[in-house]
Amino acid sequence: MPALPGAGMQDLGTAFSLALGLILSGDDGLARIVGLSLRVSLTAVAIAALVGLPLGALLAVARFPGRQALVVALNALMGLPPVVAGLLIYLALSRSGPFGALGLLFTPTAMVIAQALLIAPILAALSRQVLEAMWDEYAEQLRSFGAGVWRAVPTLLWDGRFMLLTVLLAGFGRASAEVGAVMVVGGNIEGFTRVMTTAIALETSKGDLPLALALGVVLMAIVLGVNALAQGLRELAARRGA
Amino acid sequence: MMVPGVLPLRAEGLGFSAGGVEIIRGIDLTLRAGGPTMVIGPNGAGKSVLLRLLHGLLRPTAGRVAWALPEEVARKRQAMVFQRPVMLRRSVLANAEYPLKLAGLDPARAVAALERVGLSALAGRPARKLSGGEQQRLALARAWAMGPEVLFLDEPTASLDPAATRQVEAIVCAIAAQGTKVVMTTHDLGQARRLAEEVVLVVAGRVNTAGRAPDFFERPPSGEAAAFLRGDLLW
Repeated sequence: MPALPGAGMQDLGTAFSLALGLILSGDDGLARIVGLSLRVSLTAVAIAALVGLPLGALLAVARFPGRQALVVALNALMGLPPVVAGLLIYLALSRSGPFGALGLLFTPTAMVIAQALLIAPILAALSRQVLEAMWDEYAEQLRSFGAGVWRAVPTLLWDGRFMLLTVLLAGFGRASAEVGAVMVVGGNIEGFTRVMTTAIALETSKGDLPLALALGVVLMAIVLGVNALAQGLRELAARRGA
Repeated sequence: MMVPGVLPLRAEGLGFSAGGVEIIRGIDLTLRAGGPTMVIGPNGAGKSVLLRLLHGLLRPTAGRVAWALPEEVARKRQAMVFQRPVMLRRSVLANAEYPLKLAGLDPARAVAALERVGLSALAGRPARKLSGGEQQRLALARAWAMGPEVLFLDEPTASLDPAATRQVEAIVCAIAAQGTKVVMTTHDLGQARRLAEEVVLVVAGRVNTAGRAPDFFERPPSGEAAAFLRGDLLW
């Protein structure tokens, strides 16, 4: 029975208690969806970090023709709409696309790729900002030590580790909360590519409010947890003078 | 010294301009092995820029800096300590080890260097949590561990209290006593008197006088030198 607009507060209250019941009982379907969400987004962040953080550090340190254009492009890509990222990966992975033969469309792997594409520019742009401030301070001393660009990049990545962890958390927050990219390339297939955000969208439109609410509560808890962790890291870094 | 050294260091017609402003011009200067050379002069005279040109952090816009050995060899045998010490976001020990590892030298030398500046007990602490004086001592230990032939110091005590200044001066003397050529800027005349074997007076981007310290202080060789020693403003 779909929930009609204007359904009473009582229905909402019932939905909430059912949602809490699902969470507290460790419902299988809920756990599977949450698990896949975490797996996809964490993998995407890890892959995006491998590209984004060194690129950010390089842009902070190196001066080369086209650097400014690259910085502007990355800043613009921070605002890339998730559905557009999804669409690009869809086109690449679809049967007639360049990587169609791999058969990755509508798999968790495709979702990882789409989210990685979405957040790699974010990680690069944010780490560039953070590390450029650090480089302003370090540049003369490191040059005096005889460190070139290729030694400066790992030095900045290590010395900026606390701040870069908060950058990674920002990327993870963005990845786990987006719905457009995973919907387009994953297809929201139950038990296979259904993640929290796509499930919430579907269950809400179907009227299964308890599951949607339960997922919403879990998602909110994750986002809050990530922010608390980032705050804790900032405080730890301040105590260590980083 | 048995091994051929990087000194003397010669600046020939050295000039530096930035944004159309001439900061350093026409400097001819020879720095030989020996006791500390103190570069003195009013604020804004170009002392720090001169030091950066000699160390190779700035590229001269006129003239040149020439070492007795090829530049790439000379680069590895000199170090610099800045007015505000740049502390890496690492432990005290890791800070001292960093340039050693970079140069392929034994990182164990860092331990001895920390011992010499009295920071052994703080080796495990985050370097950026040290006091200003401790940070400057760490910067000195970090440079000293490299065993440089020439050590450039840019106003190393300008932001320190007298107690910390005394400790830094003692370390500078110890480094010089071990045969490292110290080239240091200061606007503190008392410090120049305490440390200098040789004095270079820089006024308005030029070397006004250069010579042995006792002569400079007892018989100022120029009107500007005499005025500077009296405490007059030079411009």
